[in-house]
Amino acid sequence: MNIDAKIVHRSIVGKGIAHDSAARHVAGEAAYIDDMPELPGTLHAAFVLAPVAHGRLLGIDASEALAMPGVAGIWSAKDIPGHNEVGPILHGETLFAEDIVDYEGRVVAAVAASNFETAYRAAKRVKLNIEKLEPVLDIEEAHHKKSYVLPAQQVVEGDVDTALSGAPHVISGKLRMGGQDHFYLETHIAYAIPGENGEMLVHSSTQHPTEVQHHVALVLGVHANAVECQVRRMGGGFGGKESQPTIIACAAALIAAQTGKPCKMRLKRRDDMVATGKRHDYVVNWKAGVDNTGRIVGLDIEYLARAGNLPDLTGPVITRTLTHSDNSYFIPNARFVGHACKTNTVSNTAFRGFGGPQGIIAIECIIDTIARELKLEPNNVRAINYYGDETGDMTPYGQKVEDNRLVEVTEAVLASADWSRRRAEIDAHNATSPVIRRGLAMMPIKFGISFNLTSLNQAGALVHVYLDGSIFLNHGGTEMGQGLFVKVAQVVAEVFQVELDMVRISSTATGKVPNTSATAASTGSDLNGMAAFKAATAIKARMTRVAAEHFDVEEDVIVYREGRVHAGNESISFGELAKVSWAKRVQLSEAGHYATPKIHWDGKTMKGRPFFYFSYGAAVAEVAIDTLTGETRCLRADILQDVGSPLNPAIDLGQIEGAFVQGMGWVTCEELWWDKAGKLRTVGPSTYKIPGSRDVPPEFNVRILDNMPNQEETVFRSKAIGEPPLMLGISVWLAIRDAIASIHGGVPYLDSPATPENVLRSVGEAKANRTA
Amino acid sequence: MTVLDWLRGPARLTGTKEGCAEGDCGACSVLVGDPSVEGAEPRVHYHAANSCVLAMGQIDGRALVTVEGLKGEHLHPVQLAMAENGSSQCGFCTPGIVISIAGLAAANPESGEQDIHDALAGNLCRCTGYRPIVEAARKVIGAGGAGISGPAVTAFAKIEPRRSVSAGGASFDQPATLNALLQLRKERPQAILLGGGTDLGVALADYHSDWDDVISLARVSELRAIRETDNHLSFGAAVTWEEVLAAVTPIYPSFATLIRRFGSTQIRSMGTIGGNIGTASPIGDGPPALIALGAEIELASQSGHRFLSLEDFFLDYRKTELRADEVIASVSIPKPREGQDFRVYKISKRYDQDISTVCAAFSIVREEGQVRSARIAFGGMAATPRRSPEAERALVGTSFDRKAVAACAAAIATEFKPLTDWRGSADYRLEVAANLAERFWRDVAGETVEVMAL
Repeated sequence: MNIDAKIVHRSIVGKGIAHDSAARHVAGEAAYIDDMPELPGTLHAAFVLAPVAHGRLLGIDASEALAMPGVAGIWSAKDIPGHNEVGPILHGETLFAEDIVDYEGRVVAAVAASNFETAYRAAKRVKLNIEKLEPVLDIEEAHHKKSYVLPAQQVVEGDVDTALSGAPHVISGKLRMGGQDHFYLETHIAYAIPGENGEMLVHSSTQHPTEVQHHVALVLGVHANAVECQVRRMGGGFGGKESQPTIIACAAALIAAQTGKPCKMRLKRRDDMVATGKRHDYVVNWKAGVDNTGRIVGLDIEYLARAGNLPDLTGPVITRTLTHSDNSYFIPNARFVGHACKTNTVSNTAFRGFGGPQGIIAIECIIDTIARELKLEPNNVRAINYYGDETGDMTPYGQKVEDNRLVEVTEAVLASADWSRRRAEIDAHNATSPVIRRGLAMMPIKFGISFNLTSLNQAGALVHVYLDGSIFLNHGGTEMGQGLFVKVAQVVAEVFQVELDMVRISSTATGKVPNTSATAASTGSDLNGMAAFKAATAIKARMTRVAAEHFDVEEDVIVYREGRVHAGNESISFGELAKVSWAKRVQLSEAGHYATPKIHWDGKTMKGRPFFYFSYGAAVAEVAIDTLTGETRCLRADILQDVGSPLNPAIDLGQIEGAFVQGMGWVTCEELWWDKAGKLRTVGPSTYKIPGSRDVPPEFNVRILDNMPNQEETVFRSKAIGEPPLMLGISVWLAIRDAIASIHGGVPYLDSPATPENVLRSVGEAKANRTA
Repeated sequence: MTVLDWLRGPARLTGTKEGCAEGDCGACSVLVGDPSVEGAEPRVHYHAANSCVLAMGQIDGRALVTVEGLKGEHLHPVQLAMAENGSSQCGFCTPGIVISIAGLAAANPESGEQDIHDALAGNLCRCTGYRPIVEAARKVIGAGGAGISGPAVTAFAKIEPRRSVSAGGASFDQPATLNALLQLRKERPQAILLGGGTDLGVALADYHSDWDDVISLARVSELRAIRETDNHLSFGAAVTWEEVLAAVTPIYPSFATLIRRFGSTQIRSMGTIGGNIGTASPIGDGPPALIALGAEIELASQSGHRFLSLEDFFLDYRKTELRADEVIASVSIPKPREGQDFRVYKISKRYDQDISTVCAAFSIVREEGQVRSARIAFGGMAATPRRSPEAERALVGTSFDRKAVAACAAAIATEFKPLTDWRGSADYRLEVAANLAERFWRDVAGETVEVMAL
């Protein structure tokens, strides 16, 4: 395939083109599912949620709710004609609770009514008879009780115990990190429309239409071919709409199937936050053996991940944590163990980074601690441990690092951030500033691109050329704001050399492109872009044969340029060639399929080459902290991110900035808080604080690594962008540690998120150590 | 019914979104316009408001502009700038952000960086990281702002709000005078007294409350007035926080800084000073500052008016002195005195639009180097906003030195038994409340004490 960036003429790909929906977004004309006109008779559904963290469900009394005017009925586990199953990977994860409720907010039933308000009010009036059981709420308590949803996973390389016993220094520590609510602005929603002969059309705000299709079929007890799932766009996803939408879509479809009426289910923000999963919070215990220069000779990490009540995606989330515990560092002897702790809290799920952030914050905390223990400069400890010729290039999970850009990105960001000067200035400031302390930190990232599970790394696309030369594009990827649709359209426009507006972007639909993977793991444009490229290229090859015949020239004389097809001095429009092709009975439609090459993974040995390539980046963050209150502020951030040869640098820039701020939110202001009974109390924006506009560093310098095509044959040599820069937000947390360390010159203990309270506690410990 | 439910339902104007239904994310933002009373030329002043916590009755006699209306035939300059600048990703927050910036660009075409953040504080975006949004705002404002083409001003300015609206067994009254209000209050003591609805509206948006009997204060002329005397500034209870902000900015800049962090532009445009006091939340941000300033509250009924110190108005958790036939008529604060230092500090997880973990207000008056009087009040430390008499005593008579401040801090730490909740533990609240005494001391001495001031 001729896709080398250096060879292919690029006129549309690589341009910073605005999001395809931008003009409609700003006018309020971009339609989300709740904006669609409702069909006559549409029912609205609301969930009945368990009010306790753990209990035996003895009965459901819906008499009061059913007596309300407009209420159509209540549906629970016993009403499901097919299987009560919504687990994305494993069986036994139920849509509606059966005999046990295992977290506060567990879906027990759904009530439908003629309007949203009635359904919502009625759901609140359903009485659940629950015999309370003792909940397990704490991760470490679950670990002690051996309460897990899955067996432990481990990545092992070399001999850690020997390495640790022979190491000049053995340093250990603990890190607690919080979870994160996705806080997509559009809450979960599905609109199910029943058709004839058992058919069901489901509009779902989902990153994974295929999973919605299959689970709706499973719940309804019909074949998958009776169900179509469509999604035009989501109002944000971030992983929160990877597995969770099935719950909402299945309930809506069940009610639609059984009433024969369309049914819409939209979650109120509170219900969305209580009932659906979040980023996994972790407790990490670690022990590192290091030499006098700070080089790691052995590393033993135990991760306790809060799975919540069910496995959901916890297995692969932990796998990604374990395969990102090295981040950018060569670890010759490693033992990374991950436990999937079962607690009576909502099942955690995918969230941008998918376990990667937890592994990367852990290793960055470890590196920072090693440096401070040994009184070394943290960046020197980083550099001495980078993958490279002097250290090694084999990851603990058996993949060689073949496209190493660590030195390039870190040296470039240290230079552009003016590190040396600012380091000296900040140290001088801290020496004389009693209350406001400043901190500075740099960190690199190396993030593996591909789903860990090899089979998910495939995609399909459907391209039609119509007789007027307009092009219809469909693919398995979903649009959640990340700009996937415009990127893939650019790829197709590039192949045919037509204006971008000749390519019609259409809703993702399981009836058009089947058996898709979730739009996740940053792979959307890599997979779907390449599938669309293959489909378009196949059509173009056929049209080129027609053109050669038409002009009576060799095929290699035919050139597509600016909407026309040329043969020497002669040319016809692309549309005319489409008509000629049709007249010659040539197929102008193609389904493309792409499977990522080179990758393999053995889930038993936890070894292989799970990632097609790595994405690199680095950030420098500067913060100020208030040692009287624990308040913090990021004053400046400098980011350099590798995106290969970008398909659309404007879109990529938006992804980098947004991901960084989201990552910064995870480690600073975003705190999930459960009370002692296991009730989540941060259930809306008034209690759960995501970053606002003023939290963005006033000096925010974001750059894309120039002119660095992907070494691997990705579509136009681009790289994935969705997740990697989120982890650069961890630099803000490291800078806060640096500011705290200035108080006593020792090792600070700081939990994540660094809320004012956590920072003040850490400051207090630092002050106490200084005095002692 | 909320304006949001009406827009998205019967009106089929779905550009305005529901993101949270608690007035916090801004996806539902709309522009509400009031005819200007100043000058001969009739004008309409628009401000952004959260339609999710706005009852239909509240827009009677006012203009309403949604994102669709802003566009008209062509994209509004804010829409154009946002579309061209990569300011939207998923697009769900975008209409609300367009509205907020358009409100700013119309009201204050000379806005600076801080004004832009003030205008955006009530709008959450989860995708972009805000940089392209702030840039688009800068661009429009740099080009001289942009107007809003709402309903024809002349026709609209003549519309008189209806004094009483009844529909489906619900009644919504908006009396024009204090006398009329007091008569209604006496007749219907159970009726909801509605200021801006930014707190009460949350229950309406969550379908907890039917709101079938409402008396709105928004049209009572006496309650809408700000009166100034030589020594006092008096705010009618229905004066909005945006109006309070403008009035206190020249005299109490620290209070103004707090108010800018109080809710958001959308909330402050609707929320009133009387409502913030009347709702008697232990974490309301108005009372600590007002108490430290020595505010006096005026309660009115048909039996007459009575005046109380604001701290005496709060009896217990959500319990106040307000009798069933009374309304809050006004709140007055003394103007700054010679030798007075006043500061108010809010501690929260996020700087903007968050609820205080602790809010602390300090006011001292010094004469010849000695502290003559001190008033120190806290929110978030007890069931009501409360003064700290021991902490005040620790300062009075001292030269406001380090030792006195340490004694003040120690007194604060022993005088309260705060709760632990999601905003902070009891220990944190106590520690930070005490530490704020030191911040106050350093602040008065001229040190930069807040990270947001850097």
